[in-house]
Amino acid sequence: MPIDHLNPPTGLIADNVVGFARALRAAGIPVGPGAIIDAMNALQLIEIGSRADVYATLEAIFVTRHEHALIFAQAFDLFFRAAEDWKHLLDSVPLPEHARKKPPPASRRVQEAMSQPSMREEASQLREQELRLSVSDKELLQKKDFAQMTAAEIAEVTRAIAEMRLPQAELHTRRYQPDARGLRLDMRRTLRGSLRTGGEIIDIRKLGRIDKPAPIVALLDISGSMSEYTRLFLHFLHAIMDARKRVSVFLFGTRLTNVTRSLRARDPDQALASCSSSVEDWAGGTRIATSLHTFNKMWARRVLGQGAIVLLISDGLEREGDARLAFEMDRLHRSCRRLIWLNPLLRYGGFEAKAQGIKMMLPHVDEFRPVHNLSSIEGLIDALSAPVAHHRNLVRPAA
Amino acid sequence: MSASALPKSVDATLALLTSRGYLAERSLATVTYLSLRMGRPLFLEGEAGVGKTEIAKVLSAALGRKLIRLQCYEGLDVASAVYEWNSAAQMIAIRLSEAAGETDREQLSSDIFAERYLIKRPLLQALEPDVAGPPVLLIDELDRADEAFEAYLLEILSDFQVTIPELGTVKAPAPPIVIITSNRTREIHDALKRRCLYHWVDYPSAERELAIVKTRVPEISAKLSQQVVRFVQALRDQDFYKSPGVAETIDWATALTELDARSLTPQVVGDTLGALLKYQDDITRMQGDTLQKVLKEATSDN
Repeated sequence: MPIDHLNPPTGLIADNVVGFARALRAAGIPVGPGAIIDAMNALQLIEIGSRADVYATLEAIFVTRHEHALIFAQAFDLFFRAAEDWKHLLDSVPLPEHARKKPPPASRRVQEAMSQPSMREEASQLREQELRLSVSDKELLQKKDFAQMTAAEIAEVTRAIAEMRLPQAELHTRRYQPDARGLRLDMRRTLRGSLRTGGEIIDIRKLGRIDKPAPIVALLDISGSMSEYTRLFLHFLHAIMDARKRVSVFLFGTRLTNVTRSLRARDPDQALASCSSSVEDWAGGTRIATSLHTFNKMWARRVLGQGAIVLLISDGLEREGDARLAFEMDRLHRSCRRLIWLNPLLRYGGFEAKAQGIKMMLPHVDEFRPVHNLSSIEGLIDALSAPVAHHRNLVRPAA
Repeated sequence: MSASALPKSVDATLALLTSRGYLAERSLATVTYLSLRMGRPLFLEGEAGVGKTEIAKVLSAALGRKLIRLQCYEGLDVASAVYEWNSAAQMIAIRLSEAAGETDREQLSSDIFAERYLIKRPLLQALEPDVAGPPVLLIDELDRADEAFEAYLLEILSDFQVTIPELGTVKAPAPPIVIITSNRTREIHDALKRRCLYHWVDYPSAERELAIVKTRVPEISAKLSQQVVRFVQALRDQDFYKSPGVAETIDWATALTELDARSLTPQVVGDTLGALLKYQDDITRMQGDTLQKVLKEATSDN
């Protein structure tokens, strides 16, 4: 007899399923109450005695992503081995990244506001002073290198970055929508309109293409020399993530980590804090070839579809000279629509590609841009809104 | 062929699939059985070539139902997936009724928007009543369609009805058997996955793959089939961009029997490698030493 919310189930099996669902939630697999009811309905249809069948049934209902299968397997073994001990044993089940405790939203701004109420008047005075910032100071801030900024200047720049937005739509998709200036005939609406005039076609309705923003994938190098630039670029990515749905962010040092989910938090400080907590090798050395290989193998097919633009932020200084670097860059270049390499070393006016790693990577890149100051980020926004250039290796000297 | 009833247990489902030459893992048979009994769509995810599409064909043949296939691609919309009006025929009908002197506008509208001018596409076809029982609806490679189509599909899979503004609502008398496949090039939205029963189809074990090869390529010799399976299993351990799937194994086994090969030699493997590996980078890697090593592993007698 199917179970629904009006006749709640009782009995040992029902208790076990509910308890198991709670265990899965604690382990990081989201399980809703609807799924629990489905599980109980499903268990009525199979042989409860067969462990393999129960496993397959519960997996089909509770697991919706392949990554959760391993956690599910361990949780199942623990739970259905000894019901009393599972609560203690559950601690040994590894948590997926997004289920780890989020850092509390203790941003500096909140702390300041709460701790020193007398500072508020001073703060408003400070704001007035900022408004009177002269034009030449603003220009200086545009050109100043991120690594040489004071904390106050970094805060100013962070605020400016938070205002930045990418252009809305660059990609022509294959879908059409009613558009008075379109080029394609919309037979259906034309015909319907003609019925109002007794079958005579007077108004011709047209269809135009829908434009969508291209997905953006950012690969950021977090080795020691890059950390300042990476941090501010993360602020930029956080700012554009609100308006744009398909932004994926990966950090790599010695390993590649997907931090897209961590970066989605509304508060930028919290987003960056949860980013740093999910990456273990912050500011160590870099293994670019290995990280690109991991990206190409595991993530490229999932995030680079539909005309993605890849932003690679790295200084190109590979820790171990690796022959695979050229191969992986070539593969990355072929898998995406546009590969833009942002290198803070371009802040040096007389930059020449001498390092082995940089020479290997440069031929496979569509654009080579600086990333060391505010005007370079604005330049990037302009480049992204311009149509795709068909020539390669546009080396932009430091602005 | 008369329609058979739905299988009554997991074992019956397994037997049903095996009788048609589809050797499934017991977990896949369990999920299939649950999907049939609970009336929930089956969502199969996995690498290309592991038998996701094949199971829909096998089920429709085994249960005697019609197979309706919707191949998804980017830009798939209602006109290609659900229905479309035959505008050319409608315009001719308007001209004809004009020539016949018909002037009543209401009459004209109801004549033009009649079922005879409606072109039914797969999703609408699946909702129509069928004497053999509800058909098997295969929605192939859903990850290639975009999110707008997913949202529309979610709506259809919840109610199994479609509203055509000019005609009315079409509701399925019995919900079709729905199988959705995905190659995971894009994450399908959770709402759709939760509606379905999810299963990840993995590469088969060596024993199962051997049984599959023997079933699908009956003329193959025992020795060659063992070598083929060992070779492919060893290939999957290598770090290729695209590992060969079960479909590729069967193709390769067929190719080798066509060439009358008795056992694997470097020559014959080099000639037929295109049946297994489809990327040039992978094929160039599979030369010389690597090839010798894998070949030795596959052909050693133990």
